Amino acid sequence: MTIGTLVFGVAFIVALGSAIAMLFARNAVHVALFLVAAQVALALTFLLQGAFFVAAVQIIIYAGAIMVLFLFVVMLLGVDRSEALVEPLPFQRPLALGLGALLAAGILYLAVAGIDAASTITGDGSGALLALNRDPGNVLALARVLFSRYLLPFEATSALLVAAIVGVMVLARRVGSISAVAPRISPAEEREVA
Amino acid sequence: MSAIVDFFGIAVIIAVVKVVITFAALLGTTIVVVWFERKVIADMQARIGPSRWGPFGLFQTLADGIKLFFKEDFRPQTADKWTYAIAPVAAMVPALLGFAVIPVGDEVTFGDTTVGLVMSDLNVGILYFLAMGSLGVYGIVLAGWASGSKYPLLGSIRSTAQLISYETAMGLSLVPIALVAGSLSTVDIVTAQAGSVGRVTFFDGIPVLEQISAIFRFIPNWYIWSQWPAFVIFFIAGVAETNRAPFDLPEAESELVAGYLTEYAGIRYALFFLGEYVHVVVISAMAVTLFFGGWDGPTFSFLSWLWPVIWFMIKTVAFIYLFIWFRASLPRLRYDRLMWLGWKRLIPAALVWIMVTAVVNTAGVARGVRLGVFIGLFVVVMIFIARGDPRQLKPVSPQSQGRATRGVA
Repeated sequence: MTIGTLVFGVAFIVALGSAIAMLFARNAVHVALFLVAAQVALALTFLLQGAFFVAAVQIIIYAGAIMVLFLFVVMLLGVDRSEALVEPLPFQRPLALGLGALLAAGILYLAVAGIDAASTITGDGSGALLALNRDPGNVLALARVLFSRYLLPFEATSALLVAAIVGVMVLARRVGSISAVAPRISPAEEREVA
Repeated sequence: MSAIVDFFGIAVIIAVVKVVITFAALLGTTIVVVWFERKVIADMQARIGPSRWGPFGLFQTLADGIKLFFKEDFRPQTADKWTYAIAPVAAMVPALLGFAVIPVGDEVTFGDTTVGLVMSDLNVGILYFLAMGSLGVYGIVLAGWASGSKYPLLGSIRSTAQLISYETAMGLSLVPIALVAGSLSTVDIVTAQAGSVGRVTFFDGIPVLEQISAIFRFIPNWYIWSQWPAFVIFFIAGVAETNRAPFDLPEAESELVAGYLTEYAGIRYALFFLGEYVHVVVISAMAVTLFFGGWDGPTFSFLSWLWPVIWFMIKTVAFIYLFIWFRASLPRLRYDRLMWLGWKRLIPAALVWIMVTAVVNTAGVARGVRLGVFIGLFVVVMIFIARGDPRQLKPVSPQSQGRATRGVA
């Protein structure tokens, strides 16, 4: 047994365990925490494949930024310690079950058939992913593919994200409301207003 | 012993030794830094500071640590049991882990093995550092929420917003460094800063200036010269990320009692304290690594491996002093000013600076011209930053809602 296998075992148990625990946790903050644990464990498995860049980005973006935002919203809205278990939408559970099964089948297919996804980049057979991560390095290899072959989808995605952010800001902005500008009122102005 | 070496391999043994030494050194440094801070601030406020226990009061921190260790481990009734217990650890561990990519010295050769004085030379060192910084938020956020009381919750909500804002600025401020060095590895970045600025060809042919420009041969080739705007953004964001004055809004003792720390006592409180000071050391060491040549400095043949380590330590202590100086002299920012600085000034400035660096770096102009372009464009950036101030922004008062002329200027 090598160290790599040992680390993979730990990451595997933590990722799966916290993912299952996430499903059964009653508290919204605990759910978020288990998700963070699962994401960090996933980052570990990326590390084991030599994908340092993907691992770092996984932690910065998912564990570091998105989950913190989730927690922020959860805390800002005030968490109820217990969650209502009554389902308001009757079709939601069977739908979720069906879609979940579809997703699992998709992942299983990818895991079996698409294991040497790297061969589409290098033209080699299986095991090319690890070699690719070693030789030009994960950062270089990813940058080359992202900024040459997939440049258009990449830029389209970023344009989409910017459009979404601008859209949210337009929708959330309340013109002329006091609450939007309240923090800016200085004591002198407050007196003026009063 | 040899059986252990055979099983794990020499690389793992070296790694374990490095981890143990770094861990011990960081904790030891923290104890000294706390004493150093109290002494420096006392000096700035014309007091004596700790003086009772040990020479110059050096053992005061140790005594405080022992005191905290033996205090009752108190937990409020409304607290969330497990989260409350995990939070202090979640605050300290990422701070400690951040140090793993910082090279403290040049490579050392023992017999036939060469050991780099860095725990791990990752090819994504900068990103790893940012990742650990972003995980550090959890300690504070969870502590505030798990305490089950109002002030800690307010502190942790403040902290969340603050850290997300300033993390963005910090990440953007490191992009120019990666562009110039052509690598994300901290060891590569330090190596790229070796040597001197070199002969400046810009002044060639001009009688007096040509001779004066010879002085550049003695100036080390650190990134601070060409990348100082990035450094300013990095350091401001770094201070904000450690939650220290003037960015100590999450604990603001005059408004929030002690923010997320309110309900903590004893060893758990000590862990938060330790985490904060380790974070200060890590940010200082990272500033040295990225902008001040890391361990770069004159070495001598006597104990030649030790000099880089000493240079690194001297530079790091200088930045720790800067942290303390900030705390002694700057008042806490108001919350809206904090957000204004982060989102409307630091992030745009960092973005503009990335563009400037990218253009100048790709154009490949001669060194002197490059310097000139850097300075010229930075003036533009500064004008951009200096334009506008929140005090000049007029609020929309209820009376003026009908008029279009008033509002955001």
